[in-house]
Amino acid sequence: MANTPIRDRPVAAGLPATADSLLLQHEVEQLLYLEARLLDDWNLDAWLRLYTPDASYVVPTTDLPEGDPRCDLVFIDDDRDRMEARVRRLQGRHAHREYPWSRTRHFVSNIVVTAVDGDEVEATAAVAVWRFRAGESAGYVGRYDVRLRRVEGRLRLCGKRAILDHETLSDHGALSIIF
Amino acid sequence: MDVDKLVYDHPELGKFKVHRSAVGAPEIYELERRRIFDRCWLYLGHESEVPEPGDYARRVVAERPLFFVRNRDRQLRVFHNACPHRGALVCRSDRGNAQVFKCFYHSWTFDLSGALVGVPDIDGYGTGFHREEMGLRSPRFDSYRGFVFVCFDHGTEPLRDYLAGATEYLDLVADQDAGGMRVIPGSNRYSIKANWKLLAENSIDGYHLPALHRSFVEYLAGIAKAAGRSVTTDGNRRGVGRSLGNGHGVMENDAVYGRPIALWHPSYGEEARAEIRTTRDRLIARHGLDKALRICEKSRNLLIFPNLIIADIMALTIRVFQPTGPAGMEVTAWELAPAGEVGIRLRRRLDSFLTFLGPGGFATPDDVEVLESCQQGCRSGGVEWMDLSRGLHREPRGTDELQMRSFWRRWQSLLAGTPHVEQYERGLPPDAVPKAIPPPAPTAPAD
Repeated sequence: MANTPIRDRPVAAGLPATADSLLLQHEVEQLLYLEARLLDDWNLDAWLRLYTPDASYVVPTTDLPEGDPRCDLVFIDDDRDRMEARVRRLQGRHAHREYPWSRTRHFVSNIVVTAVDGDEVEATAAVAVWRFRAGESAGYVGRYDVRLRRVEGRLRLCGKRAILDHETLSDHGALSIIF
Repeated sequence: MDVDKLVYDHPELGKFKVHRSAVGAPEIYELERRRIFDRCWLYLGHESEVPEPGDYARRVVAERPLFFVRNRDRQLRVFHNACPHRGALVCRSDRGNAQVFKCFYHSWTFDLSGALVGVPDIDGYGTGFHREEMGLRSPRFDSYRGFVFVCFDHGTEPLRDYLAGATEYLDLVADQDAGGMRVIPGSNRYSIKANWKLLAENSIDGYHLPALHRSFVEYLAGIAKAAGRSVTTDGNRRGVGRSLGNGHGVMENDAVYGRPIALWHPSYGEEARAEIRTTRDRLIARHGLDKALRICEKSRNLLIFPNLIIADIMALTIRVFQPTGPAGMEVTAWELAPAGEVGIRLRRRLDSFLTFLGPGGFATPDDVEVLESCQQGCRSGGVEWMDLSRGLHREPRGTDELQMRSFWRRWQSLLAGTPHVEQYERGLPPDAVPKAIPPPAPTAPAD
């Protein structure tokens, strides 16, 4: 089997450097940085408010990064209702791998706006998360493919597909945080 | 600690204990590798993973790299993943389709049945070299209803005999679709920093659901309540625990969640009702009422000794765990589904799986956390024995521990080389009653 480039996302090198695209780039970056900060602060109610009511959050398995939740096994396939349930679970005392919460730091970089279509924007980013808990540390590395929509003048996330670069979760045992 | 005294097994005294060195001592782990993993039938994979000629999948079983492939005659072949020449891996991808397997060291080439079909500059070998002796090597392998196992000991009984009473429960999985079952693409691969036997126990432990997995139970109850319905969160739901012989065991309980095969739950939505009724009717017509209702309404957690779990719960998962040391294991889990299930039915099944199972589910991370916690607690000292006596005094329920005791009895006999008798307990079939119950030990272990 030959090595083949990943073709499941646009390879456009970003938008032309106009004043509008610079503003949009800034807006997308600030939104993803804000998401990272809210996750690291465990301010999960505020995190949910960054997402639209029709939002989705998908994490494919490590052995099938192109996995489609409609027909393949993935790690996470949340609609808005389950994102809220995930947050409630993490805020309670019975999500035992996150009670007490781990300390995390989400680093988001290499942010490229790949498409603009009316009110919707697509972007891709590199992400690394350090997680520390119970005397152990491990990193999650991967990329985000996000869809954003302008709602009442502000950009909101309407879809995040977070793809892990790891071959397995042998270093982690679980994906108990929001990646 | 004597190796034959790690399990204190005295039902007549109401006691069953396992010494904690069983889940942490390096010398016990070394013995297990030889006396359990080199002797038992071990799960390799599912036939549906390699449907077409040339399809292959790669695995590591008991630290041995192996791969399996469908050959030109559509027969399954299993090989040691090592070139007979110098030992390099000949299969270097986890899955794919191949015409031949070519070793990347000297380009020796093997066909899909393992025969050596290409040797560059073969004139360099003399009369002592026989190409037909240099094919890929196979371990013993056999399959039961699509589940493929390997065994590294030619003295072990045939697979069918080894599986003993577990075949009834494999049938209850394989019979869910007339077209057979298939493994869904994608797998869960993660580790747990705990002894592998703790996961064997945990996977057939019905007692912990309402306690450890409270957040999952509350999640489902919340969905039901929003739909104007109530669901039971009772931990003592009806069910049984069974010993199936040779260390295999099962717990079979009333499902407290929906079952995508054919048990409706408010989380599936009203629109799913009619179609689930159709599936039930079809299963009843094919299997009769009793068996069909078991398939539809009961959840089953089946342990096949030593390291295979088939959990037929809110979805169907195959879980296998490879020990990596006295306090570590690598877990791989797959999702199994009726081959004919597509569209919204498949979607519902995939969704049901994710509510509970997998590294991002609402329950599996809690199991990982508690097993690592048990491993740490075992190092604390003070408590020398683990207690598994639950239900010794009554007909074994699904939330009791008979199925775990069966596992430990088999483990003890294999480890110590002592005869394996299915120890008498209430509810075991009469042929499992040993001729004489061993006399009580003079002193019970102190806790």
